Amino acid sequence: MGSRVDANALLPPDKPVRLLDDSGTLHEVEGFPLDLKDEELRELYRFMVLSRRVDKQAINLQRQGQLGVYASLLGQEAAQVGSAFALEPRDWVFPSYRELGAALVRGVDPASILHLFRGTWLSDHDPHETHFGLLSIPIGTQALHATGFAMGAKFDDVDLVVMSYFGDGASSEGDPHEALNFAAVFEAPCVFVVQNNQYAISVPLISQTRAPTIAHKAVGYGMPGYRCDGNDVLGTYAVVRQAVERARRGEGPSLVEAVTYRMEAHTTADDPTRYRTDEELAMWKARDPIARFETFLESEGLLTADLRQEIDDEAQAHAKRLREEIYDAPHGDPLELFDHPYVEPPPSYAEQREFLRAELASNQEG
Amino acid sequence: MAVTLAQALNRALHDAMEADDRVVVYGEDVGRLGGVFRITDRLQSRFGERRCFDTPLAESGIVGTAIGMAIYGFKPVVEMQFDGFTYPAFEQLVSHLAKMPNRSRGTVRLPVVVRIPFGGGIGAVEHHSESPEAFFSHAAGLKVVSPGTPSDGYSLLREAIDDPDPVIFFEPKRRYWLKEDVELPCKTPGFGNAVVRRQGTTATLIAYGPMVRTCLEAASAAEEEGWDLEVLDLRTLVPFDSAGVVASLQRTGHAIVVHEAQVFAGIGAEVAAQLQERAFYHLEAPVLRVGGFDVPYPAAKLEEFFLPDVDRILDAVERALSY
Repeated sequence: MGSRVDANALLPPDKPVRLLDDSGTLHEVEGFPLDLKDEELRELYRFMVLSRRVDKQAINLQRQGQLGVYASLLGQEAAQVGSAFALEPRDWVFPSYRELGAALVRGVDPASILHLFRGTWLSDHDPHETHFGLLSIPIGTQALHATGFAMGAKFDDVDLVVMSYFGDGASSEGDPHEALNFAAVFEAPCVFVVQNNQYAISVPLISQTRAPTIAHKAVGYGMPGYRCDGNDVLGTYAVVRQAVERARRGEGPSLVEAVTYRMEAHTTADDPTRYRTDEELAMWKARDPIARFETFLESEGLLTADLRQEIDDEAQAHAKRLREEIYDAPHGDPLELFDHPYVEPPPSYAEQREFLRAELASNQEG
Repeated sequence: MAVTLAQALNRALHDAMEADDRVVVYGEDVGRLGGVFRITDRLQSRFGERRCFDTPLAESGIVGTAIGMAIYGFKPVVEMQFDGFTYPAFEQLVSHLAKMPNRSRGTVRLPVVVRIPFGGGIGAVEHHSESPEAFFSHAAGLKVVSPGTPSDGYSLLREAIDDPDPVIFFEPKRRYWLKEDVELPCKTPGFGNAVVRRQGTTATLIAYGPMVRTCLEAASAAEEEGWDLEVLDLRTLVPFDSAGVVASLQRTGHAIVVHEAQVFAGIGAEVAAQLQERAFYHLEAPVLRVGGFDVPYPAAKLEEFFLPDVDRILDAVERALSY
């Protein structure tokens, strides 16, 4: 079994790693080189713009009564896209319910996620196709699934890395604690990405923990804690890439805290004016992850008017297709309720399915 | 050959691990120690530390990682050290293990077995004698199994491990040392089949797990009264063998359900409801329940006043027959 590491070597840096400042100027940070090609930089931008457009569409659909509820990622595009972009296709992701941006990077059809919020189905994508786990609503519970999956891969000597997302609120729960501890003890190839968006619904971080930062908690598990500016897609990518490569080299798990801000309400059912100020919102708006990255790309000559138009067109097409698929989408077949809970269902299933079938038939006649 | 339930369970784990290298066994103290009840004895030395291992002391972690490992492709068989220590894992069991296959519309299957030594009668301290089977029988998506004999211990555990659905496997800890003459490997009837342990005509005692033995003792004692009691062993609570229960009632006209768990909202209530729904005209008396009182499990020196025993079962038979 493994050995213990010097605590100082695990501590996060004093300030979050940031490659792009608020004005979009690039800075070199020792130990976190930027190794992305031009087309990859454009891809990061594309995914962030698509995320924001799809997110906006989802909010609109909810306002129109087409979704029961929706949890927006507005403001967290860089944290999600930058981190998910650091993975290879063979890697796996275990998300919470706010990871639409990461889902897009992994190739998950956003319509399948909106079906969840519409209530068509509890979930509507096959995790094995995109290596993107089912959205997990009980807070932080998915972190254990990531650890278990990574333990399995390690037992088989299979080269893959498993990423789990959770939030600042989840860092208070027991399951992420157990997930980090198991991952460290079993030296599992995991990267835990905490999107610290400052609030768990209405409760601010200071009421959640008195740890110096969430990243400091990593030291208690014997793994490195990293911190990045979660509104800087390049800083997030560079830091998460380090954590991913470390896991891939067999050096074990790490914790990355991406410092960001949830610009929207917790969900469409929430009223954030009750717990945060306009000034605070304005301060974070000035740190917008997409505007900052746009400035950088333009200064590098990587974002032409044509390309911007092309990406905007793609985003509009995505939104249009989502409207078409989700608007007034019929609910699922009620009889399918009995199809999936068990491979080999108990005898009551045949009876209850027949009961529902007869009821549906008589409703149709009536 | 005389085999104890503990030996049969150990052999089932051994044989399952030998048959399928995807089967891994883990939990607290199951590796080097072989489990506090020795059910995983020698599995680590035989199959290595990747197939049988100790974890940090965290039950939610054990079940949650088993879910992840099953998504990856393993068949985890995990141990909760005692019934009363299952509760930290409740959320993973009920919100994910039970629900994720359905949530995924069948694209994710979780062939996980959670073994839980359960029940009282061994004079243990608090939290070591509980019967939480009703909680899990009420979580759609789980199968719930409880063997009452060594041969069932072997065969039902092998079946649980082979089952594509998640199974909560309740092992009656007071019966770990119960012996039976049986050649292993053995095959007993599959999930969803109640088995008549003793044929009778006067009344049916319905039980599972630790109370099967107690009911058989009651049936022997009842012979002195001239009562010929049938003993029906449910073996699996989910799936539930309604037809088997009804068939037995049709033979005897009287049913008494016996379990250690408190009677209120327990498995006995479900059995009674099924019988009155499905066999009302065969009932010659109300279905009676013999179980724990509706109080928290008592201190060890008081458990004899809490647990069902032969006398209480025979009293219930008498009440049913004199109805």
